[in-house]
Amino acid sequence: MDPTAIEYRLLNDYQRDFPLEPRPYARIAADLGIDEDEVLACLAGLREAGAVSRVGAVIRPGTVGASTLAAIRVPDHRLEEVAAQVNAFPEVNHNYERDHAINLWFVITAPDGDRLAQVLREIENKVELQVIDLPLVTAFHIDLGFELKCR
Amino acid sequence: MPIDETDARLLAAIADGLPLTPRPYAAVGERLRLSESRVLSRLRRLISDQVIVRFGVIVRHRELGYKANAMVAWNVPDDRVAGLGRKIASHPFVTLCYERRRCPPDWPYNIYCMIHGTEEQAVLEQIDALSGDEGLSDLDRVTLFSRHRFKQRGARYALETKPLKGAA
Repeated sequence: MDPTAIEYRLLNDYQRDFPLEPRPYARIAADLGIDEDEVLACLAGLREAGAVSRVGAVIRPGTVGASTLAAIRVPDHRLEEVAAQVNAFPEVNHNYERDHAINLWFVITAPDGDRLAQVLREIENKVELQVIDLPLVTAFHIDLGFELKCR
Repeated sequence: MPIDETDARLLAAIADGLPLTPRPYAAVGERLRLSESRVLSRLRRLISDQVIVRFGVIVRHRELGYKANAMVAWNVPDDRVAGLGRKIASHPFVTLCYERRRCPPDWPYNIYCMIHGTEEQAVLEQIDALSGDEGLSDLDRVTLFSRHRFKQRGARYALETKPLKGAA
């Protein structure tokens, strides 16, 4: 199998149901007909290149700790500065600029609701702007992976 | 399905990803003083209890060419939320669909979906189709494409942040 085909299979076929056995990469290697070393090297390369965030778990919202989507209306000239201040909080895991007057959007996760509320207040105090708090009410579709178009 | 302290430590230990070494579960276990088989059995239970909704390779859309990332939000009357939420979620190109609390007057919207595509125009057409099909066209809607990504990584729910509690 050529390297792009291996990359595609690793990116597309193992987003769910990753092998839960002592040597998961060896299992994948056996599926793909290659060596365990090649699987490890390919995943390391994809992570290095930024195509893979991690091999890991997506947690159902609301089952562990507390989280929320938050947003700030940031004056354009302060965007970089405020984004960096928000990023500095370890509780912030996603942070994007979006094309709206309310332009900075980020997800906060914390061990519990008290800490979450505290982080929201701390961010407000730090950036001196109002933080809009948009907690989850119902999940209709959670992150079940992402089908890549074959390239 | 409550999780215990050890589950929380385990989830924290893999928040940045499973090690890329031949025995990754053993390596995680070593850090937590858990055997490899305990790590595996706990992960299996967290998956079967649906605390973990997926376990595997987590890709970064942008690096794979999916740069048109739209968050669409509607202001849906409360009595129509359940029906419309399920309908929006049923489209194969919708990657997430949530109801969130409104924050009026700044933000009156309550139903959200995310669509990841390669071209902004194609995503806009999907959003139009979605809105027409589901009888959402008469409702107030906003579409926010992502521009710059300042951060993307796994959530840290537990433990490693605990010592901070009460600090600051």
